[in-house]
Amino acid sequence: MSSISTPRPQDNFYHDEKYGFRPWLKSWLLTTDHKRIGILYMFAINFFFAIGGLLATGIRAELVTPAADMVNSEVYNRIFTSHGIIMIFFFLIPSIPATLGNFLIPLMIGAKDLAFPKLNLLSWYIFMLAGFFALYTLFTGGIDTGWTFYTPYSTTYANTGVIPMGIAIFIAGFSSILTGLNFIVTIHKMRAPGMTWFRMPLFVWSHYATSLIQVLGTPVLAMTVILLALERIFRIGIFDPQLGGDPVLFQHLFWFYSHPAVYIMLLPGMAIISELITCFSRKRIFGYKFVAFSSLAIAIFGFLVWGHHMFTSSQSVFAGMVFSLISFVVAVPSAIKVFNWTATMYKGRIYYEAPMLYALGFLGLFIIGGLTGLFLAATAMDVHLHDTYFVVAHFHYIMVGGTLMAYIGGLHFWWPKITGRMYSEIWGRISALVVFAGFNLAFFPQFILGQLGMPRRYSSYPEEFQIYHVLSSAGSSILAIGYALPVVYLLLSLKFGPKAPSNPWGATGLEWTTTSPPPTHNFDKTPVVTEEAYSYNPQDPGIFRAQGKW
Amino acid sequence: MAQHNPAVPTQHSPHLAHHFDTLEQQYDAANAGMWLFLATEIMLFGALFVAYAVYRFVYPETFFEASRHLAIPAESPWYLRSVFLGTINTTVLLVSSLTMALAVHAAQTGKRNRLVWLLLATMVLGTVFLGIKGLEYFLKYEEHLIPGPNFIFEQANRNQAQLFFLLYFIGTGLHAVHMVIGLGLLAYLVFQSRKGRFTPEWFTPVEMGGLYWHFVDVVWVFLFPLFYLIGLHE
Ligand SMILES: [Cu+2]
Repeated sequence: MSSISTPRPQDNFYHDEKYGFRPWLKSWLLTTDHKRIGILYMFAINFFFAIGGLLATGIRAELVTPAADMVNSEVYNRIFTSHGIIMIFFFLIPSIPATLGNFLIPLMIGAKDLAFPKLNLLSWYIFMLAGFFALYTLFTGGIDTGWTFYTPYSTTYANTGVIPMGIAIFIAGFSSILTGLNFIVTIHKMRAPGMTWFRMPLFVWSHYATSLIQVLGTPVLAMTVILLALERIFRIGIFDPQLGGDPVLFQHLFWFYSHPAVYIMLLPGMAIISELITCFSRKRIFGYKFVAFSSLAIAIFGFLVWGHHMFTSSQSVFAGMVFSLISFVVAVPSAIKVFNWTATMYKGRIYYEAPMLYALGFLGLFIIGGLTGLFLAATAMDVHLHDTYFVVAHFHYIMVGGTLMAYIGGLHFWWPKITGRMYSEIWGRISALVVFAGFNLAFFPQFILGQLGMPRRYSSYPEEFQIYHVLSSAGSSILAIGYALPVVYLLLSLKFGPKAPSNPWGATGLEWTTTSPPPTHNFDKTPVVTEEAYSYNPQDPGIFRAQGKW
Repeated sequence: MAQHNPAVPTQHSPHLAHHFDTLEQQYDAANAGMWLFLATEIMLFGALFVAYAVYRFVYPETFFEASRHLAIPAESPWYLRSVFLGTINTTVLLVSSLTMALAVHAAQTGKRNRLVWLLLATMVLGTVFLGIKGLEYFLKYEEHLIPGPNFIFEQANRNQAQLFFLLYFIGTGLHAVHMVIGLGLLAYLVFQSRKGRFTPEWFTPVEMGGLYWHFVDVVWVFLFPLFYLIGLHE
């Protein structure tokens, strides 16, 4: 190719040296390209993950010894509260949809962009504004209510930054709603010719279900935060029983959003796993429709189980029984997915590439996290385990072992597509193994701790628990290394990694038919889809093995 | 370029955004997006209605008294009673929905002048609503019914009655905020339709504005009986 011919799209997609810095900055900050917005989100979200991770380090460092010697309990309360809020509202909830979902959904359905590109950019700015308020709260004394904001502590007694953090969460909710709304409309109206509902990748199905929860659940949280702020500012009894309010109503409203929010975090993780398992097993997914509809079932049933957080909060025994029963039911669609992924691998030709190792790690950790959820959904068992480290371990297995494993796995899988570069495969595999080992060491002891009666949210504890806490802190150090590794080798790949072909994994899916990275309008010609997703052939390996010094 | 549907001769419409294939697809997307947005609004107000229902169930006597007091304050002349003002406002809003619906029809049939006048009429009615609402708020202020340190209510438990009035002010206040946003949207539509931006082929913003306006009306149709009417049957 001669130097005067038009450069190929991947050569000038992300940076145009000849136009200088300001046009370059403008091309990012005013972009309406879903791919660039996905990358903007990626920067923001990984930044918040780093902050949340630092706070977690503070927690684990304090808990190495039984006494509250590193920080006093007031500081400790702020650390774990900030850790929870940052990780949930500013990392896990937007994580996969806003980054990989944003980048991939239009590509996967053969569209040029999301239905509302400007709204998409707006949602990023809203998220950044929310992030500003969150950081403001952290740097002006933090917040100590626990991420659940339970009343009347949060409205009457806490003298930390409840209001600015409330504003942050309120604003962040709008960005979440806009993303979900955009995805639903896009999936309904922007599919390429021949892309029927049952030819869509399961990634898209799962994001569709996620978006439903974002659109229908988040406004309830918004109203809850408004009521909380009014009570706190004007001392009017909505939730404080001294003033005639009902604190349990707050818990109902809060969990009506926050239980489904667990599925906002988890469903996109499942979305990624469906893609990874099929690709690296070289087999079509087992039971496509079951996996697709189980996503919707999770979204729908997820709205009916919030009461399982309140078995010990004066909820009636009958309500507790009903919520317990539905919580068991919601495990069924999750189990369907796990069985179908396993059946997909059966007699497949399995490649242990780094994304697949992350996917396998997800399977193992999600199974433990899911099954321990059943312990907690059983009313009698929950009375013993409520608010102990058993709960902490359970939801970390789901959120970190599930969502985060899937996010990093997906990041590896689509990294060549996003950046046009191959990362170091060997280091990818090492990081997957280090994360898996570190995670289990960090969180498995917490199941035992909780079962022995160690409550969550305490900075000091009896000496007989120390061994488990030391193990857990040691594990989280290993985990931290596991997360630091990809930061290093993924960033290095931008400079030193070999150029990625369009389809390095030999994967099916429209996103692999265009260049890496894709041109601004995604496809030179609108693709026409003629076959189902995942038409893999076990005989054809077709995995790109990068050559050279890497 | 992407495939165009030859049945729709709108490839070069100035209104067609680059990432859509046809105006029809673009309209469908806007429509679906608007309905989803309204669904989020329902959930937002829904949470408030749940809080109202819970406290009405927990404190039935106080809520009865407070609602009665809101609608028919003692010693007020009939024309200053909330139930009267609220009824007027309900009528005003329902008529404004009619003018809005007619405006959409005018846009659809390409009657530009009529569209402008109907949009303006809708704006006037919306402003009248907000004016009357403001008068009601002022009367509540004079009666010390604004929640907070100056709140006075002697007929029943003060804190519980205050809760009723707080929910009343959040509900109607949030509704009023939506009305103000609606008026802003209408002003934009008037501006655009005077410039002749809307044609029978493309009037999506008018239709979306209409959906929003009707939704805000429907919220009022729920707020009105919940707060004003339930204490009146005795
Ligand atoms: Cu839950």
